[in-house]
Amino acid sequence: MKIVVNGEAAETRSASLTDLLTELGFADAIVATAVNGAMVRAARRGETPITEGDRIEILAPMQGG
Amino acid sequence: MDAVNTTTNTTSSSAMTDPLEFYGTQVASRLLLGTAQYPSPAILTEAIRASGTEIVTVSLRRESGAAKSGEKLAGQSFWSLIRDLGVKVLPNTAGCKTVKEAVTTAEMARELFGTPWVKLEVIGEDDTLQPDVFGLVEAARILSRDGFQVFPYTTEDLVVAEKLVSAGCEVLMPWGAPIGSGRGLNNPYGLRSMRAHFPGIPLVVDAGVGVPSHAAAAMELGYDAVLLNTAVAKAGDPARMARAFARALEAGREAFLADPIDARDMAAPSTPVMGRAVLG
Repeated sequence: MKIVVNGEAAETRSASLTDLLTELGFADAIVATAVNGAMVRAARRGETPITEGDRIEILAPMQGG
Repeated sequence: MDAVNTTTNTTSSSAMTDPLEFYGTQVASRLLLGTAQYPSPAILTEAIRASGTEIVTVSLRRESGAAKSGEKLAGQSFWSLIRDLGVKVLPNTAGCKTVKEAVTTAEMARELFGTPWVKLEVIGEDDTLQPDVFGLVEAARILSRDGFQVFPYTTEDLVVAEKLVSAGCEVLMPWGAPIGSGRGLNNPYGLRSMRAHFPGIPLVVDAGVGVPSHAAAAMELGYDAVLLNTAVAKAGDPARMARAFARALEAGREAFLADPIDARDMAAPSTPVMGRAVLG
């Protein structure tokens, strides 16, 4: 199905957010996630389904002022 | 060598007798340092160490695509560098323009960084990066109710500051000048009024500081700390500039505690007039 990950179009077969993170190589990364503008806590990623057209944000610690 | 030791002892005893607290957490350094725009991670590390800071600001941004094998992702590598330095982190909501964006970013930052602290920015204008104070107050209220300890990036407006305090903020961070401008303290009168109006609230000048004398001036006004980034990161020698800022903050704070004289319009001789010889 077609989704948008960090602003870029992507194609996935992952059923859950946890699966998607693994598919993208973020399985062990320290990240925060949001689906369609709402935060999804790490503990809820396994039960969060991915559906067609979802907008996923995967955020990490970065430099800031 | 003796001189160096004496200086060090003076610094540590002054820090112990003049502590600064943010939401019950004591810090000795009055410099909060941003981590962006440094030429390299090594120079960032050097600058943080040279500054003596205990609090650095960080952000949340999209993690880069998969790294090459054996290499860490950008965000992961930055995070391990910060953790190794053992400093406290103050996550920001930089770039957020709406209450919803800022609140969601703060929630994500709390989970990621494991701290209730948040430097709350709700930006209202692109050219000046001036805070949208209406959104700021609303977001501060929502986040404070949710257990966050909010460090609001605000203006020197006293009415807005009152509303932020009512919303639950126990720290206020007025701008000196627009972010990254290096213009220093644009409105010393407004900042002085704010200090007088909120004697018991930690006040931090956040943004616009360009050179150490600006930071010293903020401390001489009685401000508790200074938050800066660009002035150090973009200096020719960031570590050296970080050290210069640390010294300026210490000098300015000591000057404030020493109760400076008032300025006057006319000269007043410092050498005694009595006893002057008549030679002409």
